[in-house]
Amino acid sequence: MTNSIPEIGKNTEVIFVIGSNTAECHPLVARQIIKARERGARLIVADPRLTEMANKADIWLRVPAGYNIPLINCLLHVIIKEGLFDSAFIKEHTEGFDDVKQAVEEFTPACVAGLTGIPEQDLIEAARLYARAGAASIIYCMGVTQFSFGTATVVALSNLAAITGNLGRPGTGVNPLRGQNNVQGACDMGCLPNSLPGYLNVTDQKNRARFEKEWGVKLPAKVGIKISEVPDAILDGCIRALYVFGENPVMSDPDSNHFRHAVEHLDLLVVQDIFLTETARLADVVLPAACWGEKDGTFSNTERRVQRVRKAVDPPGEALPDWQVFSALARLLDYHKMNYLHPREIWEEVRRLVPEKFGGITYQRLDQERGINWPCPAEDHPGTPILYQGGKFSTPSGKAVLRPVLFDPVQVPGEKAASFKNPLTGSLSELPDETYPFVLTTGRRVYHYHTGTMTRRCEPLDQVGPKQLIEINPVDAARLGIADGDFVKLSTRRGSIAATAWVTERVPEKTVFTTFHFWEANVNELTNHTTDPVSGIPEIKVAAVQVKKISPAEAKQLYEEKKEKYLVDLTREVATKFSQGRR
Amino acid sequence: MTEKESKRVLTVCPYCGTGCGLYLVVEKGRVVGIEPDGLHPVNEGELCVKGYYGYQHIDNTERLTSPLIKKDGKFVAVHWEEALDFVARQLAKIKQESGPDAIALFASARATNEENYVAQKFARAVIGTNNVDHCARL
Repeated sequence: MTNSIPEIGKNTEVIFVIGSNTAECHPLVARQIIKARERGARLIVADPRLTEMANKADIWLRVPAGYNIPLINCLLHVIIKEGLFDSAFIKEHTEGFDDVKQAVEEFTPACVAGLTGIPEQDLIEAARLYARAGAASIIYCMGVTQFSFGTATVVALSNLAAITGNLGRPGTGVNPLRGQNNVQGACDMGCLPNSLPGYLNVTDQKNRARFEKEWGVKLPAKVGIKISEVPDAILDGCIRALYVFGENPVMSDPDSNHFRHAVEHLDLLVVQDIFLTETARLADVVLPAACWGEKDGTFSNTERRVQRVRKAVDPPGEALPDWQVFSALARLLDYHKMNYLHPREIWEEVRRLVPEKFGGITYQRLDQERGINWPCPAEDHPGTPILYQGGKFSTPSGKAVLRPVLFDPVQVPGEKAASFKNPLTGSLSELPDETYPFVLTTGRRVYHYHTGTMTRRCEPLDQVGPKQLIEINPVDAARLGIADGDFVKLSTRRGSIAATAWVTERVPEKTVFTTFHFWEANVNELTNHTTDPVSGIPEIKVAAVQVKKISPAEAKQLYEEKKEKYLVDLTREVATKFSQGRR
Repeated sequence: MTEKESKRVLTVCPYCGTGCGLYLVVEKGRVVGIEPDGLHPVNEGELCVKGYYGYQHIDNTERLTSPLIKKDGKFVAVHWEEALDFVARQLAKIKQESGPDAIALFASARATNEENYVAQKFARAVIGTNNVDHCARL
């Protein structure tokens, strides 16, 4: 996030939520939004589904899955046409405004209303509301990013914030909500194929030299491969060993059958986790890890707040914290600069190596304060909840670089793109057709988390969210003879799953929604692994799908097939056999 | 501290990226409940349903308690020494035969900063590859 969460409750006047089911996926951020509403702030929500957040909105823009760019470009169009932009901010702190102006010219409210079905007047009012606010905040999540044009969409949102001067001040900003407790931290710590810790590019010799000195080895200069490229790299014979810790890609990665097929071709799969996950069951070696309540360290949340995580109980049996396992393996491989006694020593090394971001964040301070937002370069520095203060950006010119974003559902013509300077384009990689006439979109429910490894083992949560549900609109349900509670089979070009129908107006016509919490009906067997050319993010949020009512007997048969496929009984077998040494 | 004592340990919720502050309530060496942190600027003494009730996995009977190696298609419990020795030898062999870029590591958006730092250091400094990524994109 460019700004911090408490600012939403305190400072924001207009909140624009797009592609985020905030109330279910980030409930305590939603609480800040409600707090803002209670003191008079206004709420715009863009989402295909009637989520709890959409239900609370002053303006709900029911954008079809995949059509965020035309929506955002239309808001830009109205703001520019009505002169609601911040010309002083544009002049002093941005470059590329004219290119954006030209790119959004065609996205008139009439044109976008025709493309998306959103009423023209709602588009105009949303644009006015956002632009006229003293402080407006954009909040987005995977409903913006998980497309083959996710980067382009984020750039379009940044254009919106920049031309209205909604950056670098309290209550403003472009604010992605990170889905996992420490996805921010894993990025910050350099778990990316192109970045060393602190987002230092690996291809720059100066950056590598900084780490080579401390680590005592020569470092590789070639950018590594992204997660989404790994399955094909395995099948091409480039990757022979895969080491996975604290992830369950068989459930969480798109086009799961393709991933599974690739993993079968590995010479070595090591999985280090707290349970025998769907991925661990396929491994050659499984290493038992300590979980979050059993170890010390830090997490960094979505607003870059580094916070202390503390050990409360001992790990079961022989389970160890992940850092101890890597240290032990390093010693066996004859590397001796990873002999740490406590996570504090590791953090001290991070502070030493990346002082510009983390130098001022010490365990001692974290014991006194409720987290510190990086960058925090010195121990007397308060941290940085708001980035880009005073309109200073981390670009070579110090200005925000606006880029034109073009969209066509099928394909942006090459000659059109060529007429713009440095454009980004978006089009959907799979559109509904006769065989697969519906749009499938995916997400989470409030009761569960990701692949369900932890939450499905928490009884109170499993009781309220015991099974997979497929949301389908009443009009479609009636047409297909589906009643609430019937079994429904979803099929895409990549696979099939079956689950119970939830006939509801939460989803628009011709769209179905379900989650990736349940192996019994894992939606990622259906999703598309086409990726964004810049970020490598897959197009998980939209796929063409067939919807069919099936009998309970057919559903039972599919369930048995999945049970065998995911080796479900193996977990119980291993637990019964090897549960000695528990605390 | 004796096993009988109870305590509250201030920490951070392990689920979404909001990072709510909470206390783990520990009795006799087991986590028996969760209380929100009233002083936390983000959650201000509130939690969601996962924050309040999502801790029972900690001592679930299906937790992994020893390293496992698959032998003839079946998992066999082994000591750490054997498991780590096996992994180290396999990694060294693959690196020697096909180079460091034949190895990839998926780090974890669920683990701590310190663990992720050590993991990427392991990939880069010990194995010698930048093939390290995590599920930021998923």
